[in-house]
Amino acid sequence: MARKLTVIILAVLVVIAAGLPADAQKGPIKIGVISPMSGGAAQAGKDMVNGMQMWLDENGGQMAGRKVEMIVEDSQGQPNIALTKLQKLVERDKVQVLVGELFAHIGYAMAPKVDEYRIPMLYPVIAADDLTQRKPAKWVVRTGWASSQPSHPFGEYAAKVLGYKKIVTLGIDYAFGWEVIGGFQKTFEENGGQSIQKLGAPLNTTDFAPYLSQIKRDADAVFALMVSGSALRFPRQYQDAGLKAKFPLIGGGTTFDEFVLPSLGDEAIGGMTPLQYSAALDNPVNKRFVAEYRKKYGKVPSYFSETSYTSTRWIAEAAKAVGGDVENREKFLEALRHVEIPDSPRGPVKLDAHGNPVQNIYIRKVEKKDGELWNTVIHTYPAVSQFWKYKPEEFLKQPVYDRNFPPCKYC
Amino acid sequence: MTFEFLVGQIFNGVSYGALLFLLAGGLSLIFGMMRIVNMTHGSYYLLGGYVALTVMWRGGPFLLAIVIAALAIALIGIGEWNAFLKRLSGQELGQVLTTMGFALIFQDLALVLWGGDPQTIKLPAFLSGSWVIRESFFPVYRVFIVGVAAAVALVLWLVLEKTRLGAMMRATVDDPEMARGVGINVFRISMGVFALGAMLASVAGVVAGGFVGVYPGADFEILPFAFVVVIVGGMGSLKGALVGSLLVGLLDNFGKALFPELSYFTLFAPMAAILAVRPTGLFGRA
Amino acid sequence: MDRLVRRAPRAAAVVVAVLLLGLPPFQSSFTLSLLTQALVWAMLAMSLDILLGYTGLASLGHAAYLALGAYSVGILATRHGANFWVTLAVGVALAVLGAAIFGLVALRATGVYFLMITLALGMVVWGLAHRWVSMTSGDNGIAGVPRPRGLPWALTGALPFYYFVLAAFVLAFLVLWTVVHSPFGKTLVGIRESESRMRTLGYNVWLHKYIGFVIAGAGGGFAGVFWAYYNGFVSPADAELATSVEILLMVALGGRGTLFGPALGAFVIVLLKNLVSVYTHRWLLILGAVYIGTIVYAPEGIVGLLRDRLKARGRAPLRPAPSP
Repeated sequence: MARKLTVIILAVLVVIAAGLPADAQKGPIKIGVISPMSGGAAQAGKDMVNGMQMWLDENGGQMAGRKVEMIVEDSQGQPNIALTKLQKLVERDKVQVLVGELFAHIGYAMAPKVDEYRIPMLYPVIAADDLTQRKPAKWVVRTGWASSQPSHPFGEYAAKVLGYKKIVTLGIDYAFGWEVIGGFQKTFEENGGQSIQKLGAPLNTTDFAPYLSQIKRDADAVFALMVSGSALRFPRQYQDAGLKAKFPLIGGGTTFDEFVLPSLGDEAIGGMTPLQYSAALDNPVNKRFVAEYRKKYGKVPSYFSETSYTSTRWIAEAAKAVGGDVENREKFLEALRHVEIPDSPRGPVKLDAHGNPVQNIYIRKVEKKDGELWNTVIHTYPAVSQFWKYKPEEFLKQPVYDRNFPPCKYC
Repeated sequence: MTFEFLVGQIFNGVSYGALLFLLAGGLSLIFGMMRIVNMTHGSYYLLGGYVALTVMWRGGPFLLAIVIAALAIALIGIGEWNAFLKRLSGQELGQVLTTMGFALIFQDLALVLWGGDPQTIKLPAFLSGSWVIRESFFPVYRVFIVGVAAAVALVLWLVLEKTRLGAMMRATVDDPEMARGVGINVFRISMGVFALGAMLASVAGVVAGGFVGVYPGADFEILPFAFVVVIVGGMGSLKGALVGSLLVGLLDNFGKALFPELSYFTLFAPMAAILAVRPTGLFGRA
Repeated sequence: MDRLVRRAPRAAAVVVAVLLLGLPPFQSSFTLSLLTQALVWAMLAMSLDILLGYTGLASLGHAAYLALGAYSVGILATRHGANFWVTLAVGVALAVLGAAIFGLVALRATGVYFLMITLALGMVVWGLAHRWVSMTSGDNGIAGVPRPRGLPWALTGALPFYYFVLAAFVLAFLVLWTVVHSPFGKTLVGIRESESRMRTLGYNVWLHKYIGFVIAGAGGGFAGVFWAYYNGFVSPADAELATSVEILLMVALGGRGTLFGPALGAFVIVLLKNLVSVYTHRWLLILGAVYIGTIVYAPEGIVGLLRDRLKARGRAPLRPAPSP
């Protein structure tokens, strides 16, 4: 009898002990990640998650002394699925912070919900201008970039340094395309240049010939905004149409970013674009980042990976600032908005008063090094904000860049 | 509108039409002749591109890659038809959903096997660059595409119209009962036609891949294009597929060049319009 | 045993009603959210069933009506502060108008051609949604659609909104049920079985198909209104080809020509998409397998499968008398 009792008591004690946490800390910090993991954008989504995972692996999976649990949900690139997953992460998984998404329209769809839930969400990639300009959301922390942010300095660069006077722009006919082009056109024209033609091709254009054939022959250069699939096929079509020899090709950062660069050939060489990142950035933090990422995932990191990597660090810095108390949402949001990272792979980053990063913008040129294509940095504009040199109140008075703004005065 | 502009646009429209014919040629056989609504057509196209890439990564030349891709995808097509589709003749809904199911499965498998990074097919040197004729550029690869499309059209026409095999294929498609009655192995012929269609799609995947790239999502992107061509041209007619693709290529090209604001509609609005007037397509028979 | 076959649908309906009415107050708002979403898609699937199941016309452009209804809400509720009754009326009216115009074009064809024309028309709507930026905000979509205004209840909570959509679903079901069991509905079935026979009998086949087409479109628009309110967001994705195909699948999976089947199919697909993808990134493989499995194993859908099982049980051979 006594033996049975002892066994029972021991068993009960073991069960209790097993159930107790190792120390008296709160549970893990749960980060909910929403990203396309299937469908056409799956690789970009994967690159984002890999970037985050890499930071966690390098830091023992911990932030501010607490373990971190990353819960990744597939948005399948569809707004309503993203919204459902968001609800699941917040209500079921009880995450304390969210990160993610790729597409601007999903970003717009989630912003009101995130505000409703009063939970901070980091947008490392979504660049839609208005999310930190005319349609800001209190609980969205943008840690990536705004579409027109790199274009503003580039317009000045194209006019003053490259000396172009007349430029034809050719972009993908959707909001992101027009925002990138709009920013360029504004500063280019303010610095004496003329945008003489604005062409837009629909989203899944396979053959750019009809647009290439329309390019006005008196241009000095062509500014092209291409994204993933279109970026893949455009440079060769541009070259084969005999245009590369006549009109230097410049463009938006995504036209030649590291996502497509490995698949491009010599036709890409010489392409000049602005972005807040290049894998060829020559600072020690980035060199280490690129080498490690390459070793781990077998490819050169694109800005998708870098921004997600830095966003993870961002969360950690904010968590540290509130002493690990991420459950206090208001304080945590405040901390997130005040994080300053002087040494991310892309350089120093911090947020402006409107919630968008202030960071270096690099003018890059595609060059071949050891048989590989890289975006060599040829010029740096330090500490560029989404408003460039304009006063925010003035800038916000103008409408968001779109097909009709800035108007094509010289067309 | 200068003469050069016109020549250039016509060349672009024709070469785009040639690309569309390659995309749609296989579908015009499967959909047009056999009346199977094949949503997997895009997958054959995509897988053809990926298989060719794998061959070329291992050092194989471009032309060998095309052949191997064609054979591999023909096998997959035969498998799909044999196991599932041959029982579904006349049932559009069943065909749409079965082939859609396969399309989703192939899409995900391709992601798992080849990853999601966009790829280009490195063209052999003799196919790169452009011919310059009086200031106008004619990319060699576009000429190649026109050549391949013309060759495919010629071979298909010869086989279908001038050979006994072709006669058997046409008979099988027109009236399987009678065909069986005169001793044609309907089963094998049908399988052969389907395999041929899949093969053509995969060849398109490789050839177009050199132009457009190989990447996830390409399968569903080209699917509407292929259907447009087959429908506009009229099903059950190779001539229709050829004319349809040229017409769509030229319409789309000129439409985008002259009315760029309507770019989203230059493909489907004319399709709807043509079908409104002639529901069986331009050369279709009901 | 025949009584079992006849009673089963009624019994099932009672069970379902009890579940849908009684369980929700005990569910998390996430579960409620999923159920609400399923109800909206169920309405959409039922509307397509009128066309597909009862008239025998497979459409690849049904998402167009979802989009028309949804955008009505998106534009009116955000930019003009319109209340629910206005957005509902405009949404359905716009869908009816769209179906009326498209029907004239599409019904010149049948079978595969009908499939293709509806595909093209659906893509035209998609193109419009993308291109008419001043109206639709283009690919950015319209965000911040508030919950329905102008009603005596606040519908911001998950539970009240769920019951609201449930009421809409029941209304839609009753209306469609009445249509389907009316002489008009029976004529549609006759047309599905044999157009030529109906023509010889003197029916205006085209007019019946046309009205069926418009009713289906109206139902799609009706569902679209609730879709916009549910998501709080509208975008061109609502008019995509993939969406149209999915609605087709829901009808086929559930069992076309039964109204109840497509609703069931919608529930299955919504749960699959939202829950399976939590456990595996390879959910597309599973969805593809479901598509194929449906056609191979259950060509008449789940409802068809159940019906066959019941009939088989009902026809159990008479047992021989036990031997002495």
